[in-house]
Amino acid sequence: MITRIVSKNFEIPNSHTLAVAKANGVYESIDKAFTQPSYVIETEIENSGLRGKGGGGAPAGAKWCLATRAQEMDQTSAKSYLVVNADESEPGTFKDRQIMEFDPHLLIEGMMLTCYAIGAHDAYIYIRGEYKFFADRLNKAIQEAYDDGLLGKKVKGFDYRLDITVHRGAGAYICGEKSALIESLEGNRGHPRLKPHKPSPEYYFGAPTLVNNIETIATVPYIVTNGAAAYRQYGTEKSPGTLLFGLSGHINKPGIYEMAFGESMQAFIDTIGGGVKNGKKLKAVIPGGASTPILNAQEVKEARLDYESMKEIGSALGTGGMIIMDEDTCMVSALKNLLSFYHHESCGQCTPCREGTAWVDGIIANILNKKAKADDLELLSDISKTMNGKTICVFAPAVAMVIDGFILRFRDEFEAYIQKSLGEADA
Amino acid sequence: MSFSFNSDNEKHFADLLPRYPHPKALVLPCLWMAQYQEGYISADAMDYIAKRLDIPQAHLYGVITFYTMFTLEPVATYHIQVCKTLSCELCGKGEIIRSIEETLGISVNESTPDNRFKLTEVECLGACGGAPMLSLNEEYHENLTVEKTKALLQRLAR
Repeated sequence: MITRIVSKNFEIPNSHTLAVAKANGVYESIDKAFTQPSYVIETEIENSGLRGKGGGGAPAGAKWCLATRAQEMDQTSAKSYLVVNADESEPGTFKDRQIMEFDPHLLIEGMMLTCYAIGAHDAYIYIRGEYKFFADRLNKAIQEAYDDGLLGKKVKGFDYRLDITVHRGAGAYICGEKSALIESLEGNRGHPRLKPHKPSPEYYFGAPTLVNNIETIATVPYIVTNGAAAYRQYGTEKSPGTLLFGLSGHINKPGIYEMAFGESMQAFIDTIGGGVKNGKKLKAVIPGGASTPILNAQEVKEARLDYESMKEIGSALGTGGMIIMDEDTCMVSALKNLLSFYHHESCGQCTPCREGTAWVDGIIANILNKKAKADDLELLSDISKTMNGKTICVFAPAVAMVIDGFILRFRDEFEAYIQKSLGEADA
Repeated sequence: MSFSFNSDNEKHFADLLPRYPHPKALVLPCLWMAQYQEGYISADAMDYIAKRLDIPQAHLYGVITFYTMFTLEPVATYHIQVCKTLSCELCGKGEIIRSIEETLGISVNESTPDNRFKLTEVECLGACGGAPMLSLNEEYHENLTVEKTKALLQRLAR
């Protein structure tokens, strides 16, 4: 089931050093790419069907075009930027750190190609503040690349300047949202921006900017070297290629595994993950980071790991970071855990989200502490309706989907808790 | 004004400035530098950074209080932050917290009287595959057991 494209060098000793990276093929695509016109890379990426690997799954090629076209149309802005999103903070997701730890040069190679394709000369890697070890490792790799003439005034001897800067965040989940990330990169609080009514690039200090996830950028060298068709041989028609899938929670072999899209979730958990811990039965899986609706054991059996199939069964592929829960897991406690997370991480900009996340967190706490009221579940779904689709970013709608997902699939458990509260009140 | 960047930070500042389109972009890097230099961000440091970047102090204050990793007060020598989010909770974060509380004699959000240790619970640190885990100052310790946690604390107490 394992297909290694991004992770092919992960297990080689010292794969993070320039010497080992070069010996294993990193930076080989540069000569070919930089002798061709820049649009060739963009076309190849578009043809490959590469989709953003940060959770949304939007086509990367189309997103790249937005940045280049905005630059062409607006002659006043001579600049454009590439920002790599390394703010990995979605609970259950820990894939991007593997790239930074084991193959930072692959990321740098991907950034060189992407910058050349969109005409950017300055690129930033926005990394979450807690990832100090990974930021240090990236900085070391970047310094190696500068010393070797791969970065700087002349990229590998070509007449193209490129500077890469690592920018550390300081602990805010919302900065993984691309426009909040840009705000943070401009030195502000990480508040997401209002989106225009039509597709548009991000703007960093007014200049068109492409924001892509690390793994997306780290996939680019493979496509440039081997061509779009080679990438398309993996995965499904609409979800081509591979993704770094993750397993955590009640699982025997937690970790990150690269697979083509379209594999069976159950088979992934059973074979590669080694099954549920302590021989217990599977109860539920959160499929792609905390913000994707939970699946029960029956749905897991049918689930296939690609964007379209996951959508069909009422959830989403997200980041591919699965949280496995065994038969003894209390779903009310699990939802409480996630709602405390969202309560803490709401940026506070929009009222439905700021007030809503606190409110639902309080209600679930009451249910757990036997202080529930009879109509609490109705109230929850009412609040989730108010949170869905009425805010600047998708944070609040995600929370609403999480709540609805839990209550839809495990209503019995919630009702049992509420009955306990009501029983105590009567007594 | 009693704060100014030390020579390392001054050099770092000079290196970073030309890399960004606007000095305001240096807000987060400057706050990090100040925090590393003094252990926290003092009022003097805020005043200094605001002048260096030509932005209002109020803006800086807003930024500092938005991000959980910046602190306006000195923190204990060893800041133990245990991840409390779902994967870590499923894998036994509760036990880890209890063992730290017992060993150090403090509860979550408290510091030891000698101010050597502080214990907090934090949201997802992006190490779900190594759950349960904690971050000691800025160093990750993953795949924890009660024994491992106690051994770590004993090593630090020496």
